[in-house]
Amino acid sequence: MSKRDRIIYWTGFCVVLALLIAAPLVLPEFWRRFLTEILIWGLLAMSSDILIGYTGMVSFGHSAFFGLGMYGAAAALLLFAPPNLWLAILFGLVGAAGVALFVAYFSTRLRDIYFAITTLIFSQIFYVIIFTWTEVTGGENGLTFRRPALAIPGLFSIPFDSETLHWFVLAVVTASYLILRRIMQSPFGMVLQSIRENEPRTRAIGYPVERYKMMAVMLSGLFAGLSGVLYAIQNRFAAPDFVYFLVSGEAVIFNVMGGIGTLVGPIVGAGFFLLLREAFSRFFTEYYLIPVGIIFIAMVIFMPQGLLGFMRRWLNR
Amino acid sequence: MEFLQTIPWDLILIQTLNGIVTGMILALIASGLTLIFGIMDVVNFAHGELFMLGAYMGVVVLATSGSFWLALVIATLIVALLGAALQVTTLRPLLGRDPLTTILATFGISLVLQNYALWQFGPVARKIQEPFTGQFTLFYLQYPWYRLVIAALSAAIIGGFWLFLKYGTYGIWIRAATQDRVMAQAMGIPVPWVLTAVFAIGSGMAAASGVLFGPLVGVNHAMGLDWVLKAFIVVVVGGMGSLGGSIAASIFISLLEAYAAIWVSPAQAVIVSFVVLILTLLFRPTGLFVPTPK
Amino acid sequence: MSPPETAMEPLITVEDVHTYYGKSHILHGVSLYVGKGEVVGLLGRNGVGKSTTLKTIMGLVHPHQGKVLLAGRPVTNVPAHKLARLGIGYVPEDRRIFRLLTVMENLRTGLDRHGVTEARKQELLDKVFAYFPVLAERRNQAGGTLSGGEQQMLAIARAMMLEPKIILLDEPTEGLMPRMVSQIRQIIDVLHNEGVAILLVEQNVPLTLEASERIYIMEKGAVRHHCAASELKVDHPVIHQYLGV
Repeated sequence: MSKRDRIIYWTGFCVVLALLIAAPLVLPEFWRRFLTEILIWGLLAMSSDILIGYTGMVSFGHSAFFGLGMYGAAAALLLFAPPNLWLAILFGLVGAAGVALFVAYFSTRLRDIYFAITTLIFSQIFYVIIFTWTEVTGGENGLTFRRPALAIPGLFSIPFDSETLHWFVLAVVTASYLILRRIMQSPFGMVLQSIRENEPRTRAIGYPVERYKMMAVMLSGLFAGLSGVLYAIQNRFAAPDFVYFLVSGEAVIFNVMGGIGTLVGPIVGAGFFLLLREAFSRFFTEYYLIPVGIIFIAMVIFMPQGLLGFMRRWLNR
Repeated sequence: MEFLQTIPWDLILIQTLNGIVTGMILALIASGLTLIFGIMDVVNFAHGELFMLGAYMGVVVLATSGSFWLALVIATLIVALLGAALQVTTLRPLLGRDPLTTILATFGISLVLQNYALWQFGPVARKIQEPFTGQFTLFYLQYPWYRLVIAALSAAIIGGFWLFLKYGTYGIWIRAATQDRVMAQAMGIPVPWVLTAVFAIGSGMAAASGVLFGPLVGVNHAMGLDWVLKAFIVVVVGGMGSLGGSIAASIFISLLEAYAAIWVSPAQAVIVSFVVLILTLLFRPTGLFVPTPK
Repeated sequence: MSPPETAMEPLITVEDVHTYYGKSHILHGVSLYVGKGEVVGLLGRNGVGKSTTLKTIMGLVHPHQGKVLLAGRPVTNVPAHKLARLGIGYVPEDRRIFRLLTVMENLRTGLDRHGVTEARKQELLDKVFAYFPVLAERRNQAGGTLSGGEQQMLAIARAMMLEPKIILLDEPTEGLMPRMVSQIRQIIDVLHNEGVAILLVEQNVPLTLEASERIYIMEKGAVRHHCAASELKVDHPVIHQYLGV
């Protein structure tokens, strides 16, 4: 990236970040939470972008990673008192990683549509398990728990309110974005993109494509799980609905609406979709998803590169 | 010998019948899906919703006309037309593009259709009355006639369609376009319209299953979701694009699930289909009922 | 030999056509014409765009620039299936017969058209089976079970079912034994005698020179040389220049 581009990019970045930091101070409670949720879903969509946008693998399995992150956090928050933030994150990531490993194993064997369908079915497998294993997961009703405090044991403990939680989530999402961006610009990321462009060629050059794909799935799963943890902390409950494949579908929708292969695009896409849904739900109280769905379909046909798609090359330099 | 007595033979018999019945309906749904995928590489996420809309159309026509069979025919036709309209407006423009876009488009369609049904018909489940009641006696058990009739009807529809594919002029067009879309065009076959027709046929088949299956379960806006998932599993296990494979897989998986339901709850019995899928992917990824390519 | 084309509108005219595959600029302004009933050869090394030219005429790819005319009528963006019905037959490289359809079903894809009586259909079938008795023998066999030469015959027979005014032949003799090659040569003559025009893309230079009335030579996506076939011999310097190894 040229010096000038770099300045523009980082200036834009800082401006957006500043706006997001200031937002909870000026927004009413409802919108504060709304914004935080956009960030959390945005993180989920961003994790999915690793696979869709950079490696060229369409996955409908992200609801499984998200769900396991959520339930993992729930487990930590229920098993240990006082509820510990870092354990919640740890458990959630481990849970998500486990699922990711499972999915990753199969990802190496399948391409394209088969992979997409299979990941969808896998997320449903986890849904059924969570839904029916009532003793452990609370079944249909899910689990409720208390929100942990931002604490370093022995040093300090600040309970979260909606403002500080927002900043915490913002910090996590921003850090995730920067990390992922760094990774996608590294040689590893370059190989992933080359797999997306031309898999047989990449394989012919000598790269162990399967292994790269597995790592991509693991990476994607980890960050998706992280978003699940954040969701659990924010909402203080875990429910099987979030493991249903529709959630994966929404993540993919955010990706496409925002622009795949851009990392920030999915976050913008999440915001756009959620705002649309909110707006329409006020006008068309019952069937607001119909116009949203139609807009989505129209975007797929007429604007497949998404809202930020035009910036894709620029954002990746 | 005692072990043989503990096996619940009567339950197994009933579940065999149930499995076949469910299997035939699933086969009807999955055939449409396989057909659509085979000819245009489209994974039709909205297929479950077409099934659902078929059931609702059945409810409506039944309420106004009182005839189940009329409902079956009209629902099939209306949804087939709807399918054609959807294909022309949203899928045709996407021909030739990345397959992801069609998955997304059909996903969007399924969202719209589901919410449309919710809006129009509300969240409470409806019921379709069976066209006739009455059971027959198999050994010492009672089994409803209607269920057998559904299975037979589904088999007839699939069989009739298979004959059409094999011998009809348009059947040859469909098969040619499935194998090689480009050369089919070069032979004067109006491929864009063949694709629309196939989507319409697939939609109609899904709708027919919806009406036939209606009396067995409640008709509600979310009924499509579970079926589309099962249909996808069947299509993958049967070998994508293989009509015979999907039918065989439908019956196979439905039987296994029916047997499993003897011992576990139905919600858990679905795990059977998942397990079959995983095993298929591990050992015979091209499909259980398709000869492995050399 | 047919009389030289003068004022009559050629059957196929390709005018300054530029065709792309994605971003690759394959045809850089190709211009050629084929008169009614003429056999025209199109020569050139691999990759110069000969097949793409045929596909453009057939409407399987549409050019970004330039025109394709059928008997003077612009058909540049007409879809392939309509052009097939208007009388353009296409026999691609690799034959591309429908492998899972029987020989008979393959023929039916072209035979089952509107406006053709059953009697005429039978006539066409009889004719084709007379030219290709092996196809008659194997009529209920799946296309994929035929040998390479038989598939080539099926590909040509199938195109003939459309009763075309012109057949685009893309490397019909590739990979065939000499006996089959001469059979193809004979078929070209038969078609020519029936008044069917042929645009023949080939790597087999002697056969092309023998069968054609005029020759186009392409290089790097454009026509570089055009003359009567009689003016060229196999060892002509132009041949060496554009086709030499």
